[in-house]
Parts: sequence; structure tokens; C-alpha cells
Amino acid sequence: MTRYTQPTTFFTKDHEWVTVHNDLATVGITHYAENQLGDIVFVELPEVGVEFSTGDDMAVVESVKAASDVYAPISGKVVEVNPALADKPETVNESPRENGWFCVLEIKDGAEIASLMDEDAYKAFCEGL
Amino acid sequence: MADTTTENLKRTPLHALHEELGAKLVPFAGYEMPVQYPMGVKDEHLWTRTEAGLFDVSHMGPCFLSLADGIGGGDDAHAEIAALVETLVPSDIAGLKEGQARLTVLLNEEGGILDDLIITRPIGEEAQGSLYIVVNGAVKDADWALFERSFEGKAVLTRADDRILFALQGPKAADVMSDFFPGCEELKFMRHMPFELNGSRCIVSRCGYTGEDGFEVLVSSEAGLPLVREMLTDDRVKPIGLGARDSLRLEAGLCLYGHDMDTSRDPVEADLAWVIQKKRRERGDFPGAERILKALTDGPAETRVGIRPLERAPAREGTAIEIDGEAVGIVTSGGFGPSVDHPVAMGYVRRDLAEPGTKIDLMVRGKARPAEVVSLPFVPHNYKR
Repeated sequence: MTRYTQPTTFFTKDHEWVTVHNDLATVGITHYAENQLGDIVFVELPEVGVEFSTGDDMAVVESVKAASDVYAPISGKVVEVNPALADKPETVNESPRENGWFCVLEIKDGAEIASLMDEDAYKAFCEGL
Repeated sequence: MADTTTENLKRTPLHALHEELGAKLVPFAGYEMPVQYPMGVKDEHLWTRTEAGLFDVSHMGPCFLSLADGIGGGDDAHAEIAALVETLVPSDIAGLKEGQARLTVLLNEEGGILDDLIITRPIGEEAQGSLYIVVNGAVKDADWALFERSFEGKAVLTRADDRILFALQGPKAADVMSDFFPGCEELKFMRHMPFELNGSRCIVSRCGYTGEDGFEVLVSSEAGLPLVREMLTDDRVKPIGLGARDSLRLEAGLCLYGHDMDTSRDPVEADLAWVIQKKRRERGDFPGAERILKALTDGPAETRVGIRPLERAPAREGTAIEIDGEAVGIVTSGGFGPSVDHPVAMGYVRRDLAEPGTKIDLMVRGKARPAEVVSLPFVPHNYKR
């Protein structure tokens, strides 16, 4: 029997967020990251079914000026990508933590989550930058 | 171009103002320069196309070149300084009218492009025998060393890169400028006028690097700082960073030295043959004339073209261009054009593929993305002719 838990969000030092809900993780970039990148004009998302290990190149975010890699924050298989970003990449700037999500990963190793920062730790991390 | 360290970076006289305005500063051409302000690259770009954008370009290389035995002496003195400069550039400098400016290229012995620069003939008999020249910031030291070597004993170089050089660009630039420099609104594109500002001489030129109508102003830092501050209080004026400067010039189809041209390219393949006036072609008396005249007659092997990616993915500098898996060229500048609202690029392709409408593939991260050769510019120039 599946036991439902409240989703919890974790963060990486590369400014990605990971919202964990049972064995799935929704992934995106933080307000700090989108603000650093500036106006986002294109997001190259992975294909459904592709498997990543932590740190692999997972997506590419293009601003007016430059392209930046987004790394897989945890290991897992892509089960869904955000279709809205194809036509409206600026959604990442407007709503980085909600409508601007990148993809959903099927978590391969739950223990990896423990190495990520929680909201307070991430906030402190950003303040130290 | 970007330096790997932030140490030893030079600062322009407007540096403190950039910080006050909340600019994000990055290393560029040896200087710490604003890449964007809080407004952001896209909105800064769009603002410049509809209002007036103010750019600090003091990192560039403004200078004066004057006859060693003194200036003054009217047309003869101009002919003399022009003859010196024409040994390094293929444009007709002798034929400039007083107050007229021309874009040209500095050539090496093989006809490769060392830099692009704007040369202006001053106004007034007493100023003849000198030229106002603006070269690129990234290569100004090398350019100036070449001038000094080439003109030793004949002409004297005076650097002016301790001053403020700023640009005001956009459809409202002329209205704003006329409040500060009455009469400058009458200038035509590529013409200049000297002004006195609080006892300080400054040079107002109608030119720019955005495709819009606009001006560039060279002014002492003492007189320039209050001027720029006051201009920024005008509702029509916003400070614009290097990010938008790059997307504006790319949409306008204008070359960035070190990217869209360098010593490996001659002016013909860079699609800048128009800087070589008829008189100079006939005389063939410029560096690398043999190669360049041959390219003019036979056509170059490759040529610079506009590239329109047909999907949303931008293709950046260095992206390979292919047709059916065969390498046919390379992207030299690429990004997103906020005014046209799609990706834009420039690059070099084989001459037989330079026709607008030619279908090409851009190899972005290993994937072939469809694109098309297009004529430049992506947005029409809005110069005051």
C-alpha cells in the first residue's frame, strides 16, 4: 500500500530545487539562478525515459546572452518534462518554483536526498554568496 | 575576450555610477564593465529600440593622430595626415569632408583585419592635419603601437581613453541630445560637431552600434560625469549594459571584432568590401591589396551572412554549420534578438551557399537544428541620412 507524504523541497549548491513526493522528484532552478541568468529565451529539456546520474548535464538554459548547463541534482529517470517551457521559456523567470519546473525524475537512490540542503540551509548558503 | 581574473581590471570614469545604478559588472576588454542593470538585458534592448539608451563605452580606444610638425594648414595638412593613415587602411581618408567620419579596417600585410575603427576629419582649418580615431577597446594597445611604429617622426598619437566616451542610442536620442548640445540634432549619420561644455572641449558624433539613430560623445571625465548623471534623470533615458549592446548590434548585422572578423578574415569575406572606396581599389595601395583585390574580382571562398535559426534554440559562437552532414561554415555570433523575438546569428559559409533562403543545419549540442541564410540586418537600420 502506498503511503502518501507531504512533498518536501531540497536544494543544491548549483541552485536547483528538488521537490520530493514519494518516489518522484520534480526539479527546477531557483529564483537565485533565474535572476543570475537573466531573461531566459530557451530551455532545452531532456527526453522522457533518459536516465541521469547526479551531476550529469540534464538541461540547458539559454538567456539572451549565454547558455548555461543545468545538472541532474539526483540520479533518476525522466518521467515527465514541462511542456509549457517550449513556447514560454520566460515562465522560468516568472515562476521558477512553480510553473517553471523542468522535469520529474523517478528517484533512483533515496539516500541522495539526504545530501541536499533544506530551505533554511539553502537560504543561508545564498546569503553567504 | 573575458579575462579570467578580476584583478588588475581597469575602471572607466563612470564606474562608481554603474555601481550606484545596481549594474552587474563583468570583465570586458581589460575593464570592469556593466553587462546589465536591474532592468535586464531584454528590456534594456527593447528600451533602446523605442526610447533612448545610454551606454558607457569608455573602454574603447578614442585617440587623435596629428602631424608631427603641427596642425593647421587646411586641405594640404589633411591630405598629408590622410596619406599616412591610408598606408594602414583601405578606405578613402583623403576624400573625407570636414566633419565627416568613415568606418574602416586596419589591415595586416596579408590583408587580414587587425581591427575595425572609425576615422573622423575634424572641422575648421586650424584643426586640419589631425584625425579623430576610435578603435576597439580589446585591441587598442596593439593598434596604437602600430600607429606609433608606422608614423614615427611623422605623426603624434594622443590617447583619449582617460576620458568618458558614451553613446546615446534610440529614436529619442536626438531629442534628448538637443537639450544638451543644441544643433546636434541637425547632424547627419557619420558626421560630427565639436562642442564646449563647461570650458571642456567635447566631440559629438552621429553614429553608434545598435542600428538606431544615435550619438557618441567624447568628453573629459570632469565635465562628462555630471552630464551623464543629468541625462539619466530624463525619463526617456535608461543606462544600458554590454549584454543589450551585443544583442542590438547583432540584430543590426554589425560585426564584433575578434568574433565576426579577425586577422584570418579579409574585408571582402567579412562583407565589408564597401569600406574600400573605388579610388583605393584602383590604386591598390593598401596592405594585403593583392589578396583583397583578387577576392573582389573572383569572390571570396567564404562570406559572412545572416543566419536565422528556425527553431527556438539559439546557436552561439563556434556552432558548426552543416548541410547533409558536410561542414560548410561556422557561427561567429549568435544569440536571441529581443526585437525580432527569435534567435539570430551571423557566421561564415561557403560563397555558393550565401544566397538568402539557403537551408542549413546548425549543430547545437550535437543536434542538427534547421536554419536559413538571411540577408542582414535583422531589423532595419534607423540612421539619419
